[in-house]
Amino acid sequence: MSEADHAKLEAFLQRAPYVRFLGMRAELAGDEMTAILPFSPHLVGNTTIPALHGGVIGGFLEMTALAQLWVTQGSGKLAKTIDVTIEYLRPGRAMTTYARADLRKVGRRVANVHVEAWQEARSHPVAALRGHFLLASD
Amino acid sequence: MSEPSEPRFPGGLPQVAQHMTTSVPQAAALGLKLVAVGEASGTMEVPWREDLVGDPDTGVIAGGVVTSLLDHTCGLAISAAAKGQMFGTATLDLRIDYMRPAAPRAGVTAEAHCYKLTRSVAFVRAQAWDADPADPIATVQAAFMMSPRSA
Repeated sequence: MSEADHAKLEAFLQRAPYVRFLGMRAELAGDEMTAILPFSPHLVGNTTIPALHGGVIGGFLEMTALAQLWVTQGSGKLAKTIDVTIEYLRPGRAMTTYARADLRKVGRRVANVHVEAWQEARSHPVAALRGHFLLASD
Repeated sequence: MSEPSEPRFPGGLPQVAQHMTTSVPQAAALGLKLVAVGEASGTMEVPWREDLVGDPDTGVIAGGVVTSLLDHTCGLAISAAAKGQMFGTATLDLRIDYMRPAAPRAGVTAEAHCYKLTRSVAFVRAQAWDADPADPIATVQAAFMMSPRSA
């Protein structure tokens, strides 16, 4: 990944109001993008545990997929979500969550993306997403 | 269905529904509004807001906001099916199909139906629309684990 990719990622994070609403950040290390969701009280869905809202985790996973596609595709247009399946594996605790996207197949019109989120250990994922995204056409 | 031995909200389902919109931080942050509660169903709405937009080129509300709305509305439908009995629900999986984008600057309404509730699992379908329920922006199929808990 180049300086240009860093600039593209920064542009993605700056442009979407919902990214700022979540407080989502991301880092590039070589060709690996790691999305970061610092804990914030407004993300809580269950105050008893407390745990992150399932929708927040789903939204974070979806934005991670879109960010990875944005950086890789470089079309300057956002891909459109066709469908997502979100699997919840563990409660998302009141701590920082990380996610990485794997572009399983990027075709001419559609991409298949898998995303996994974890907190304390990557080997103990809290949630996973599989989805199809319609790529922005020129 | 098990006997209603678990503690309930004294105010029953209306109080549970109220709690879900005002006392859950994520629901309050999104400005979720309760629209209706039915037999085993619930309807909620998220009004459009500038800071909830996913793509500034279009002004359309973010998919993640719709995900939170749908997940939450599914929870409301489960509460309705459980007749206000207090359960902890944990989402197992959520499959969302996006038919089309919502209209720019449009709020989104979601209606969920808990069509089967066992001792440990709830099965829910939901759909979301911006203007017309017959023209949905998204449909959902979800499963939740149920655990009795005190209020």
